[in-house]
Amino acid sequence: MNKARDLRVGVDVGGTNTDAVLVDSAGAVLTSVKVATTPDPIDGIRAALDAVLKGADTARISKAMLGTTHPANAIIQRTGLDSVGILRLAAPSSLGVRPGAAWPEDIHTVVLRSAAIIEGGHEYNGQPIAPLDEEAARRFAGDVQANGCGAVAVSAAFSPAVTDHELRAGEILAEELGFDFPVSLSHQVGSLNLLERENATILNAALLSVAKSVTDGFQAALAERNLQVDAYITQNDGTLMTVEEAARFPVLTLGSGPTNSMRGACALAQVSDALVVDVGGTSTDVGILVEGFPRESSAAVEVGGVRTNFRMPDLISMGLGGGTIVRGTGRDVAVGPDSVGYAVVTEALCVGGGTLTLSDISLAGGRLDGFGDSSLVAEVDSATVTAALEWVDSQLTVMVDRIKSARADMPLLAVGGGAHLIPDDFPGVSEIHRPENYQVANAYGAAIAEASGAVDKVYSYDASSREECLDEARELASNVAIRSGADPEQVRITNVTEIPMTYVPGGGCRVMVKAAGPLA
Amino acid sequence: MDQLNLDDIEALALGATLLGTGGGGDPYIAKLMMRQAIEEFGPVEVVEAVDLPPNSLILSTAIIGAPTVILEKIPAGTEFVAGIRSLAAYLGKEPAAVMAIEVGGANTLLPIATAAEMGLPIVNADGMRRAYPQIEMTVFTLGGLSAGPLSVADEKGNRCVFETTTNQIAETLARTAVIQLGLANAISCYPMTAGQLVEHGIQGSITYCTRLGHLLEDVKAGREGAWQTFLDESESVEFFTGKVIDLDRRTTEGFARSTVILEHLDDGNRTMRIEVQNENLIAFEDGEAVITTPNLICMLDSETYDPITTESIAYGNRLIVIGMPCAPEWHVEGMLDLVGPRAFGYDLDFVELPG
Repeated sequence: MNKARDLRVGVDVGGTNTDAVLVDSAGAVLTSVKVATTPDPIDGIRAALDAVLKGADTARISKAMLGTTHPANAIIQRTGLDSVGILRLAAPSSLGVRPGAAWPEDIHTVVLRSAAIIEGGHEYNGQPIAPLDEEAARRFAGDVQANGCGAVAVSAAFSPAVTDHELRAGEILAEELGFDFPVSLSHQVGSLNLLERENATILNAALLSVAKSVTDGFQAALAERNLQVDAYITQNDGTLMTVEEAARFPVLTLGSGPTNSMRGACALAQVSDALVVDVGGTSTDVGILVEGFPRESSAAVEVGGVRTNFRMPDLISMGLGGGTIVRGTGRDVAVGPDSVGYAVVTEALCVGGGTLTLSDISLAGGRLDGFGDSSLVAEVDSATVTAALEWVDSQLTVMVDRIKSARADMPLLAVGGGAHLIPDDFPGVSEIHRPENYQVANAYGAAIAEASGAVDKVYSYDASSREECLDEARELASNVAIRSGADPEQVRITNVTEIPMTYVPGGGCRVMVKAAGPLA
Repeated sequence: MDQLNLDDIEALALGATLLGTGGGGDPYIAKLMMRQAIEEFGPVEVVEAVDLPPNSLILSTAIIGAPTVILEKIPAGTEFVAGIRSLAAYLGKEPAAVMAIEVGGANTLLPIATAAEMGLPIVNADGMRRAYPQIEMTVFTLGGLSAGPLSVADEKGNRCVFETTTNQIAETLARTAVIQLGLANAISCYPMTAGQLVEHGIQGSITYCTRLGHLLEDVKAGREGAWQTFLDESESVEFFTGKVIDLDRRTTEGFARSTVILEHLDDGNRTMRIEVQNENLIAFEDGEAVITTPNLICMLDSETYDPITTESIAYGNRLIVIGMPCAPEWHVEGMLDLVGPRAFGYDLDFVELPG
């Protein structure tokens, strides 16, 4: 008899902690654990898996989801990145701005090894700017070999609309460099805006080795524990990629941490429109959920100083967490911005350490229980506690007010290991939810994540009606989601954005549609 | 200032974003082009129109097309040179300097990149000292100068020169050519002598823009009194500090029209509404027009003091709204018919800034 394979395990690697949860098909949390994030994150993942699987019937587990900041850290710290050759298909246009033009010098030096702008690419109306210069592409392959590049990024003008030239260039590079040589094509990575898409594609190519170590490590960790499961990685918008896709498109995972936490908070609290305040050990992120998904930022997103056009959750962050160091006394108290981070479990006064942290303040002020020994913070004077908590409250109030789009009161979801710091009373907040398992909202967000599909296309509303165009885009996005594993019966459209194109004839409009659904 | 080099780019871009009054095209790509051109060809000399021989030829350059297309099809740089050369060939005379028509937005920095590439000076003057959506909306039109003959060029070697009867037709013809040429092209218009520029142009625009950028850099760096200095030197008036509570974007007749509504940070009963057609045109406080075109309505982030373009505004942004006087050269006969509120379809009188 086949046993039910109805469980899934979610793991989230954060800067301070690696969390894991085991969740059943109804979404109930069976077990949850928090371990310290390790220098090699795979060690922390192993430890978290061991702890969360203790006593569990592993044969019932069918899926494992991982959210990790590992690729983001590689970019921020400029470590483990591959050197990249960049081939842009757009000449004679675009010569005025070289690839990597605005990159910070330290990452430019590490990553950009070789670059060429050759004839190719398309106009807004689909006509070629020039035929693809195949000879130049072959010569570029020679440069890539001569310069010892680890990977190649290919971009082309209007490739999100017309993919031919990038695909053909990819074939030529495979012929010249071998079919295993890693090549990232920009239309598979990003959307319109050549420079930002090209930047994202270069970062993607530079991350391929890091990504491989993460996905291989995750799969090895699962195999060592005899888990016969489908493995997924969460991406920026909180939906899933298979590990194979994640190994090819690691740049799409860069913003997944806060998204997982917000999606997890949403599901744990069963509230789809709310403010989310995630207080960690070191920092606090405040975001806003709209219909169950994080509201995305409208501004260009910089990753490690490199401008990209990813849509990331619109967040306000500051250095305020359970491990934040408190100095001075009474009205002269100064909070942070530095933190003892994960060492709060040994360094804080309330666990016998020598550092006054916000966790100690929270305990002394009656907000925190179940952690530390309150007698150890009895000597902290009440004026200091009051002043530090007032500071916390005023910072959180301002952050919440800044992220809100309307004056009406909204519910607030308090999550993260430091959520005890969030007061029970807030201006502009209708009610505060402290969902069960709030400490592991991010791993829960990974465990319940859905499959998705996106479309970004330019339509002419004069050629066919707006409704027809939007219907087509909705269908395309749904089909992509289904191909990514979503249940066809449960796919729904989660976002439609229209950007009218000024001065473009024919009612040109860029349409971006996202669809998502639970895994089939 | 007699030379523009790499150190001036950030200030110039900051000033250009401010003078873009919410539009004018994001100067980001133009900034990168200016940097690459100066790295490659060296710094650019800034000359006063009055210091040039009165009969010497001044040719302008600007990018024309659709902002969304320009972000995907980056200019080559050579199209701006080609546009100027083809107009010079048509006129049978070499230019003595390159000019920006529109010191505000992307078209502030692009002509400087072109000047670097051509080894010519940039003249310290322009026709708007802010951004406007159409070619004819310049002080040159008010001075009776013709936008034609004008040239349009692409990066492939296609060039055309138009003779035009009115500056409105110049706008129509140029836009039509650009649709065929890929919507990211170079235009060179208002060919004129240095003498005509002295008589009809706005003088000092490039240094004004750079100066505003430096003053804003001081504000952004948190220097004491810097904001007041900025307001004093630019003769700006601070009107409102509020939070975006409503934002309505739509495109009609090729313009990005939007309405932005702000609620005052200290008094929830006070609201400001800003009407936008590519640029910010009218600001209403509690239903009454308080700043109108051609004066500049600029919005800055209330914490970072970054000037904000309309396309980047989002719900919840906290913004300071200031009114800045337009260049005094605008105040001649015909100004309101060309760029006053009614020229943009608002049945409103022009309002002077207070003070």
